Amino acid sequence: MSAIVSLINVEKSFGKNKVVKSMNIEVKEGEFLTLLGPSGCGKTTTLRMIAGFEDATSGIIKVQGVRVEDKEPFERDVNTVFQNYALFPHMTVFDNIAYGLKIKKRPKDEIKKRVNEMLDLVQLKGYENRKPDALSGGQKQRVAIARALINNPKVLLLDEPLGALDLKLRKQMQVELKRLQKKLGITFVYVTHDQEEALTMSDRIAVMNEGVIEQLGTPREIYDRPLTKFVAGFIGESNIFDGKVISVNDGIIYVETSAGTMKVKGNGFEAGEDIHVSIRPEHIKVSADSVEGFNLRGKIKDNIYMGTFVKTSVDLKDKTEIKYSRIEKEEEFTEGNFVNIYWNPERAVAIKSKS
Amino acid sequence: MKKNKFKQNTLPALAMAGPVSLWMILFVTLPMLYIIYISFMSRGIFGDVVYEFSLDSYKTLLDSTYFKVIVKSMKAAFITTLLCILIGYPFAYYIAKQPKEVASKLIMLVMIPFWTNSLMRLNSWLLLFQTSGPVNNFLQNAGFIDSPISFVYTDGLVMIGMITNMLPFAVLPMYSSIEKLSKSLLEASADLGASRSTTFFNITLPLTFPGIFSSIILVFIPSLGIYTVTDMLGGGKVLYIGNIIKNQFGAIRNWPLGAALSVLLIVITGLLIFIYTRFAKIEDMEVV
Repeated sequence: MSAIVSLINVEKSFGKNKVVKSMNIEVKEGEFLTLLGPSGCGKTTTLRMIAGFEDATSGIIKVQGVRVEDKEPFERDVNTVFQNYALFPHMTVFDNIAYGLKIKKRPKDEIKKRVNEMLDLVQLKGYENRKPDALSGGQKQRVAIARALINNPKVLLLDEPLGALDLKLRKQMQVELKRLQKKLGITFVYVTHDQEEALTMSDRIAVMNEGVIEQLGTPREIYDRPLTKFVAGFIGESNIFDGKVISVNDGIIYVETSAGTMKVKGNGFEAGEDIHVSIRPEHIKVSADSVEGFNLRGKIKDNIYMGTFVKTSVDLKDKTEIKYSRIEKEEEFTEGNFVNIYWNPERAVAIKSKS
Repeated sequence: MKKNKFKQNTLPALAMAGPVSLWMILFVTLPMLYIIYISFMSRGIFGDVVYEFSLDSYKTLLDSTYFKVIVKSMKAAFITTLLCILIGYPFAYYIAKQPKEVASKLIMLVMIPFWTNSLMRLNSWLLLFQTSGPVNNFLQNAGFIDSPISFVYTDGLVMIGMITNMLPFAVLPMYSSIEKLSKSLLEASADLGASRSTTFFNITLPLTFPGIFSSIILVFIPSLGIYTVTDMLGGGKVLYIGNIIKNQFGAIRNWPLGAALSVLLIVITGLLIFIYTRFAKIEDMEVV
């Protein structure tokens, strides 16, 4: 698998504001790569630099091994699906989709044939004579995708394409987009701030924060083994403790925090070092009796029934609130009871403290 | 219940729209109706209006002398409009592409002529172009011409005066429609392989057409009826509709004829606005 898009030490500043800092990433041919991060993390700017709408302040951008920093957007073999669709309001669906081929001055019957294929692909047969105003959000999105795909791009860039859709439609479009990408075998570079969307659709996720990639990996890696405190907090729900390593024994790290002591599996830590421990709500267990290695006592604050599971908040002694979830019908501690919190040390993640 | 509804709906509406409506009826609608009314009356021997129905004024309009002036005025208004659009569009485009702070300063420059007294502006044109004025002096000294050209009181100078007078009206609506144009549409076009000029003709121009059309209306209508510019820069030697109307109500005192000419202008204006609303209805929906 070769890299179809590579960014080498790419940086971007707007005035004094450095939005993207020393970005290095290789997008593999045919993969679905997501740039995930909160707003202002530089993900959209990165995408726009690949498309050619923004010039990189420094660094090298390659598409199919060829440097493109100095090329205009219309000279690059990538196409973009815009956040607000950016459909041409004065053109019909047909003309919108045909635009790329009309610019290339392809013969009329070829254009007609290709547009019809695209309409089939995005299931919009029968809508070709409508104007974008007469379409629903989901339909506009399909037109935008068809329009971007008609030039057979090597890479499709998608800038929060589902952001404006309601939840149900978004879920449906996620599945459709993923299927489409598999079927066409085109490389997708997808920008979103929705971590759930990233987890469901991507082959790999690059989690970005403040202009740098915090972690690059498969959804499972990112979810199960976050490398930084930011990733642990941003992806899914997590309880994060800040503490110090007391001792390390056989790969098990004993940690002291203001809430109490705990243990976690991990390598490369030494006694006395600062550490973050991240544990997902679904991996927390509670017991009336104390458990070896743990001293985390807390008072049940509330139980919230969520359908398939119950979410419980516990106040620890230093007033940190931690959340855990369990399947309904499991043993329940009622509000006001004191419980001991523990977990399987393999399920918790030991994270190096920055600084 | 009935009283309540009056208090809730009718009264506030009346309070808000009432004064304006009254103002419009008193000072726009009634005078206009009166103009239409006297255009169908006849002129007395002493220049008074005789309230007897007659179509004489309208017949006079078809007279070759008046007809020629009407055609000439329309031609002048048309050329003024065309040149204002051709000069104004690139200018508006340039302003719209500047950063916000620069753009607002440039817009200010466009507005400044509105704050200067129009008589002063027109007089300065006369001074510039008179036989011993700077323009003639320059041309003579530079050796382009042997004897001064008489620019003053010609159709050419009137045209220059009209264009400079009308240009701000052309720039502002076009500026606002170019500025409103979503940048992502231009990016989408470039993304799909269109060069800058292709994008301009395929996307920018069609989508800013409503602005261009507003400019056409805003320039053409006043250009047709204007008389200060033609009066001062034409020195009364060159005649346009505006001057004739002014003269009919002033020196010549043929109110019915002046009224008939005014009605003609109102009809032309009304037609243009009718076309505009038809266009605007379709275009506005698309541009949002």
